[in-house]
Amino acid sequence: MTTPMQPTGAPAAWPDTYGEDAKPRVGFFTDTSICIGCKACEVACKEWNLIPEDGRVWTGESYDNTSALGANSWRHVAFVEQRKPLRLAEPFPEADARAGEAGSAGAQPAEVGVADLRWLMASDVCKHCTHAGCLDVCPTGALFRTEFGTVVVQEDVCNGCGYCVPTCPFGVLDKRDLARSPDDAPLALPLFGKKEDGRVWKCTLCYDRLKGGLEPACAKACPTDSIQFDELDELRKRAERRLEKLRVERWNGARLYGQDAGDGVGGFGAFFLLLDEPEVYGLPPDPVVPTAHLPKLWRTTALAAAGLLAGIAAAFVGGRE
Amino acid sequence: MSTNGSVTAVGSQMRSYYGRPIVKEPVWQRQVPVYFFTGGIAGACSVLHGLGRVTRNDGLAKTALYVGAAADLASPILLVSDLGRPERFLNMLRVFKVTSPMSVGSWILLASGSASATAALLELAGRLRPVKWAAEAVSFVTGPPLATYTGALVANTAIPVWSEARGELPWLFGASAAASGGAATILFAPSNSAGPARRAALVGAVAELGLAQLMERRLGFVGEVYRQGEAGRYGRLAKSCTAAGAALLAWRGRRSRLAATVGGALLLAGSAALRFSVFEAGVQSARDPRYVVATQRERLREKEHA
Repeated sequence: MTTPMQPTGAPAAWPDTYGEDAKPRVGFFTDTSICIGCKACEVACKEWNLIPEDGRVWTGESYDNTSALGANSWRHVAFVEQRKPLRLAEPFPEADARAGEAGSAGAQPAEVGVADLRWLMASDVCKHCTHAGCLDVCPTGALFRTEFGTVVVQEDVCNGCGYCVPTCPFGVLDKRDLARSPDDAPLALPLFGKKEDGRVWKCTLCYDRLKGGLEPACAKACPTDSIQFDELDELRKRAERRLEKLRVERWNGARLYGQDAGDGVGGFGAFFLLLDEPEVYGLPPDPVVPTAHLPKLWRTTALAAAGLLAGIAAAFVGGRE
Repeated sequence: MSTNGSVTAVGSQMRSYYGRPIVKEPVWQRQVPVYFFTGGIAGACSVLHGLGRVTRNDGLAKTALYVGAAADLASPILLVSDLGRPERFLNMLRVFKVTSPMSVGSWILLASGSASATAALLELAGRLRPVKWAAEAVSFVTGPPLATYTGALVANTAIPVWSEARGELPWLFGASAAASGGAATILFAPSNSAGPARRAALVGAVAELGLAQLMERRLGFVGEVYRQGEAGRYGRLAKSCTAAGAALLAWRGRRSRLAATVGGALLLAGSAALRFSVFEAGVQSARDPRYVVATQRERLREKEHA
C-alpha cells in the first residue's frame, strides 16, 4: 500500500522510486501581501502551457473575471474588497508573535474607520500536496509524482474518468470539454464519437520548464515576487521570516496556509501567506486528503459486502417454498 | 456590500469567496448513478444465483444468473460511455491501486462481468459444465464487493455529504442492491421458486429505508441537502416506492403474481431513485461552500478542544 495512509512524511513514490534521478522537492511560496493583482501569472501560464480560452465573462466580483481554478485556468487571482484596517492597533506582544497562527489572537483590530478599505489579492494554484488525493484515486496512473515531488497529469494516459475532480479538497482539477465540431465523426456511434478533449487538466508546475532548468512561467512573470519558486525547504524558512516581519509590522490577519507538514494533506508543495481566513479566498480551512479515511472505509465496504451475503443467505433459510 | 458575502449557518458567521464553490462538483453524467443501480443488481444476483445453486433451487438460480449477467454487461457500457475519452477505457487496466476505489472497482467489475457472462452463455449452451461452475464461483465471490464498493467510491471524495457518510454509504448501497437484485429476479423467476428472492428484496428494502434515514440524521447540518432540490425529490420518490413495493410484496407477494410483479417494479424504481438522490446530493453539497467550511470548522473546533 502506498503512503497516503500515513499522516505525515514524504510524498508517496518520491524520492525513493527515482533513485539517483530524484531532485530536491520544489514548490511555490505565494506571498499575497505583495500581490498587486496584475494577473501576469494567469497570462504567462496560459501562454506557456497553451491553455484554451475560459470564457470572457464579466462577473462584477471586484477585478476577478476568472472566478476559480479549473481545466483552463491554472492560476487564478482572487480579489477581495473588505472594510477592515490593514494594521492592528495594539503593538504585537512578543509572546503572541511566536505563539502560533492567526495574528489576531492577542491584539484587537482598531475600530473600522472610513478610510479602512482592504483590497486583498491572492494568486491561487494547484497545491501539489504531499498526500495528493487526485494522485491516489487516479485509476489509470495518468497522475504521477515527478522527480521534483510535484503532481502532474499525463495527457496521453488520462481517459477522462473524472474521479480526481471531486476528490481534490481544493477543487483544482476539472475536465476540459471543448465543443464538438460538426466534422467530429458524424456517423460514428455516439459512444465512441471523437471528442476534442474530455481529459482532466491542472497546473504541472511547468514540468517541462523544470526539466530544462527554468522556473515556472507564473513565478518568472510575477513582477513583485509574490510568487516565489524554489526548493520547498528554503521556501518554508523564507515564509517564516516574512511572517515574522509582517507581525512586527502589525499586519492584520497575517498567517501561513499550507506550510505545516502535519496538516491533513501533509503540507502543500505550493503554500501561501494570507491576510485573512482561508475561506475568504475560497480556500478550505482544514483540507484533508480523502484517502486518509480509506483503510477504515475499505473495512466498512468489506463488512457491508459480508452483510449483503448474510442478508441474502438468511432469505434462503427463512421460508418454506 | 455584496463582496465577500457573509452567510450565517449553524449559529456561526461563515464567509466565502462570493459564494463560489470550494470543491468541484462531480463531472460524472447520469450513466454513473445508473451504473450504481445496475452494479448493485449484478452483485446481489450473483449471490442469489450462487445460493440458489447450493440449495438446488434451479428456477431461481437460472433467472438470477441471466438477470445478473445482463446487469453485468450493461455496467461497463454505462461506465465507458461516461469517460471523457471512451476509446481509452483499457487504461483502467494499466494499474491496480488499492488507494483508488475506482481502480479496485474496475477490476472487480472485470472479474464479475466476465464470470457471470461466461456462466450465462455456458448455461444457455449447456456445455463445459466444470468451466461454468468455476465461472459461477467467481461471480459469487465478486458479487457482494461489486454491490458495495460504489459506496466507497463516492465516500472517498472531498464532497461533504458523501465523505461524511462514509460509515453508511457502503451499507446503504449494499441494502439497495439486495432490494433491487431480489426485485429484478422476482420479475422473471417462476412463482414457485421466487421465495428467497422475495425475502431478500424485503430484507434489502427495509434495510435501505432504515439506513437512508440513519445517514441523513447522522449527517446533521450537511444532511439538509437530502431535503432540497433534486436530491430531495429523488429521495422522496425512493422512499415512497420502496415502502410501497415492500408493503405490497409482504402482503400479497407470495400468492399473487401481479402483486409480486408490481411490488418488484416499485422496489427497482425505489433503488434507482435512491442512487440518483445520493448522486444529486453530492452535486448540491459541492455547489455550496458553506457545507465544506462548516464541516471543516467543526473539525478544527473539535481538534482544539481535544
